[in-house]
Amino acid sequence: MATRQTQLLARSLLSPAVGLLFIWMIVPLALTIYFSTLHYSLLDPGSESFVGLENFRYFLTDPAFLASLQNTLVLVGSVLALTILLGIPLALLMDQPVIGRNFVRLMVIAPFFVMPTVSALVWKNLLMHPVSGLFAWLASLFGLTPIDWFNDVPLFAVILIVTWQWLPFATLILLTALQSLDEEQKEAAEMDGASAVSTFIYITLPHLARPITVVILIETIFLLTVFAEIFVTTGGGPGLQTTNIAFLIYSQALIQFDVGSASAGGLVAVVIANIVAFFLVRIVGRNLEA
Amino acid sequence: MARMATRQRVVISTIGAWLFGFLIFFPILWMGLASFKTELEAFAIPPSFLFFHWTTENYATVQERSDYLHHAMNSIIIAGGSTLIALLIAIPAAWSMAFSPTKRTKDILLWMLSTKMMPPVGVLVPIYLIYKSFGLLDSRIGLVFILCLGNLPIVIWMLFTYFKEIPRDILEAARMDGATIGRELVYVLTPMAIPGLASTLLLNLILAWNEAFWTLNLSTSNAAPLTTFIASYSSPEGLFWAKLSAASTLAIAPILVLGWFSQKQLVRGLTFGAVK
Repeated sequence: MATRQTQLLARSLLSPAVGLLFIWMIVPLALTIYFSTLHYSLLDPGSESFVGLENFRYFLTDPAFLASLQNTLVLVGSVLALTILLGIPLALLMDQPVIGRNFVRLMVIAPFFVMPTVSALVWKNLLMHPVSGLFAWLASLFGLTPIDWFNDVPLFAVILIVTWQWLPFATLILLTALQSLDEEQKEAAEMDGASAVSTFIYITLPHLARPITVVILIETIFLLTVFAEIFVTTGGGPGLQTTNIAFLIYSQALIQFDVGSASAGGLVAVVIANIVAFFLVRIVGRNLEA
Repeated sequence: MARMATRQRVVISTIGAWLFGFLIFFPILWMGLASFKTELEAFAIPPSFLFFHWTTENYATVQERSDYLHHAMNSIIIAGGSTLIALLIAIPAAWSMAFSPTKRTKDILLWMLSTKMMPPVGVLVPIYLIYKSFGLLDSRIGLVFILCLGNLPIVIWMLFTYFKEIPRDILEAARMDGATIGRELVYVLTPMAIPGLASTLLLNLILAWNEAFWTLNLSTSNAAPLTTFIASYSSPEGLFWAKLSAASTLAIAPILVLGWFSQKQLVRGLTFGAVK
């Protein structure tokens, strides 16, 4: 009797959250699917008509799509590689006996808490400005020609900014994982005469495999939708050089007001994200049983 | 000999860690310094690092010219409001899944997580059109609503993992002593859940404060929080570095402090308990 009452209560406590999330997931998605089959432009109201898969054909064969898909892959791949390749040594370093480690940790984690619009604008102006930026001054100290970051290597400039934002996340997760590594295991290896390198390869790295996977998956989810950094620095340009999928869809929706095509693009983005999400959910789910 | 090696190791790793830490933190420091320079000095080459004419006039100008406090208030209302509402919805849900799990609990949790995986840009069009037709564009209530829904899965997950850690024996003991569910909730669970609630609140405030997809797309001026306000400095005529730096420093300072307090929970919250 009491159990049934408890179950009923549990269900009624759970239902608002489930209901809201269900609506949040289903209604906009259904509308996106519906719009994606329409010829629908906000500039030409009243002309909506069913066009089947025409929007998908238009979106997927648009040269801008291929360019932005490539930019998205380069952006996500580079930031992942950089944050992990820099994050591992940084985490190892911070795992050493460091005087004032807590303070160092505060400095390392700080960029993660800076809002994207601030980090993008501060990097673009104060650091990367081709004449008055700090990097230009540093280059001139060494007798080098300053790089005009956002004209010559715009995508790389965006990659650097986003890497700076996500390096703390990767480092912090890897550091947390390192700190849970059994010290005795490492000591035993040292006593057996294992070198620092082989301890790292045979003990530390396998221990980091899972956290690295988690970093890759979670960062990918967020990196696929990088938007604000591009919005305030390049506006997708020059040309299409820094347009990623998210920015392309935004510009089709809110600059060109082409609802149909933007919706088709939105669905493509959902499919790409779902491929990643599938693996992440599996890993998290496995952890839930343990 | 071994002691020597250890001391040497401490010195080397300390120097290395401080060096890298400083490099990573440097852009924020540089921005903070620029906010106290005059516009001319902020542009100056070679740059002056400490020996410039320190001034606070940028902070005053930012407030006077662009009503900084209005946008700060929007950020507080939007981040705070969305977090509180999300907590109100999430606490009962997480409580029920943690303490009365059914066969479907795991599936529900994973499904909730998967809603967070949906790229916001995938639903930008319908949300924009819905907001437009209901007059919710550039409204604080609209942003509160969307940020609340966007972060709800993370809030539920974090609370769930915290509630899971509350020992069930205590609950059983309370039940044996005849405590009703209401009393159990108020006198036993709440005190034990407060640390978890606090970290969830903090992390979610940070995420909502820094959210820059929906705020940029759905607000322009009236409801614009600090993310959108700072973005207005991207236009060429608005390139005043010292003022940009002053506005940015003010925008990130409170969240940096909160963030530093919650850094330990950050890992747990953002990895959905997959890394602890």
